[in-house]
Amino acid sequence: MGSIIDRVNGLAGKVPTWPLYILYLLPVPWLLYLAQTGGLGVEPIKELEHELGEIALQLLIIGLAVTPLRRYVGVNLIKFRRAFGLLAFAYVSLHLLVWLVLDVGIPSQIWADIIKRPYITIGMAGFLCLLPLAATSNNFSIRKLGPKWRKLHRLTYLAVILGGVHYIWLVKGFQIEPLVYMAVILGLLALRLPKRRKARAV
Amino acid sequence: MANRWINTLKDKDVTPEDMFLNRRQIMGGALAGVGLAGMGSSVSAAPEGLEPNSYEEITSYNNYYEFGTGKDDPARYAGKLTTTPWTVQIDGMVDNPGEFAFEDIMKAMTIEERIYKFRCVEAWSMVVPWNGFELADLLNMAGVQSGAKYVAFETALRPDEMPGVAYPVLDWPYVEGLRLDEAMHPLTIMATGIYGKDIPNQNGAPLRLVVPWKYGFKSIKSVVKITLTDKQPATSWNKANAREYGFYSNVNPEVDHPRWSQASERLIGGGLFSKRVPTLMFNGYEGEVAGLYEGMDLAKDI
Repeated sequence: MGSIIDRVNGLAGKVPTWPLYILYLLPVPWLLYLAQTGGLGVEPIKELEHELGEIALQLLIIGLAVTPLRRYVGVNLIKFRRAFGLLAFAYVSLHLLVWLVLDVGIPSQIWADIIKRPYITIGMAGFLCLLPLAATSNNFSIRKLGPKWRKLHRLTYLAVILGGVHYIWLVKGFQIEPLVYMAVILGLLALRLPKRRKARAV
Repeated sequence: MANRWINTLKDKDVTPEDMFLNRRQIMGGALAGVGLAGMGSSVSAAPEGLEPNSYEEITSYNNYYEFGTGKDDPARYAGKLTTTPWTVQIDGMVDNPGEFAFEDIMKAMTIEERIYKFRCVEAWSMVVPWNGFELADLLNMAGVQSGAKYVAFETALRPDEMPGVAYPVLDWPYVEGLRLDEAMHPLTIMATGIYGKDIPNQNGAPLRLVVPWKYGFKSIKSVVKITLTDKQPATSWNKANAREYGFYSNVNPEVDHPRWSQASERLIGGGLFSKRVPTLMFNGYEGEVAGLYEGMDLAKDI
């Protein structure tokens, strides 16, 4: 087991991060191609919107898993975390863009929806949380902000919870999938609780 | 008796499927605009001039949660549903209660085509050329007793054939209800076909309710039971969330769903750049059905 982890860590050390961006951005042209050619069904707008939102949530969760993976399993993927975060931001932005332009497209209704519809309000709040994080994801900001950077980037926790609630709140009836996402999110956050850390130290 | 209500759209208006696809490609995004212009001319008119959606569109994008909550789940999994033999139990306040075989119902009814706009509560819509008979004819066959005020409906519940009912998305079986005057209205039909073919399973085979001025979930699928009663029956979505889904659930652009606007809708089939169009009161059937709700506060009695 230990040797496998060492090998994964060794490999992670050698692999550059840029292929991750390319790999994870490939679904965008693919989804657009499917949407244009009927591959997303007869209502491609909603489907595209949902796919982008779901990928965004998955990327946020992957980003959230990096620390517990290192702490409890010993696998160190920290060098990829910025890529996961920025990719998540890209997908949330695209998700929002599809909603603004293709889905609603009526400025007065967009504003009314943001104010009146709690799940949209929450989604927007989540997006706003990600803005300063994306803006300060560069090395310059990390150096400049020092310890404040870590504090600021705890906003991720709020953003991912808002994303999970956004998903639960938009479905009709009792559906399992958004609850599974939320359980994973809460589980990954629970692993960060100080009590757990102490318990492990003993 | 039938043909009490005559379509403003006639048989000849239904574009043959193959031609339809070609025209769709030529017209492209202009389609939604044309529909909008047509509707704007008269608010209360039935949705005149709207092109029926293609068979492919109507049968590939469905909400039938017994087969899963994805839009493509019904088309993928509903094939397992056994629809022969099929009987409909009609009971409650009727003179001739009993189990009616689907074939016997079909023999007794007059099948006609009805081209209706179908508006889902999720703010999308389709135009469907249904084949079916008026519910009033079936109810008259059973003999509605004078004290009856409501009609309750129930969908088949087959855990072996319906993968979706393994999950408590709703309280199964799916149930719906109408006030008796709504049920007897000539616009209210039991659909048994689409485009002249037997209705596919994912659309509610072998027979389903269609109430075109109400949100789609009122139009219960694969009906196995119809009960005449003097009490307002429970309905599935109302049980799941009474604040969001009322007993009446008439299409009303002025009363929003608590989580989204009902002021506009997207016509299925317009592709990636299709624009929303304004939703019409009673889905465009205001002239025919507004009288049913005289004196009611439609913002309260949702």
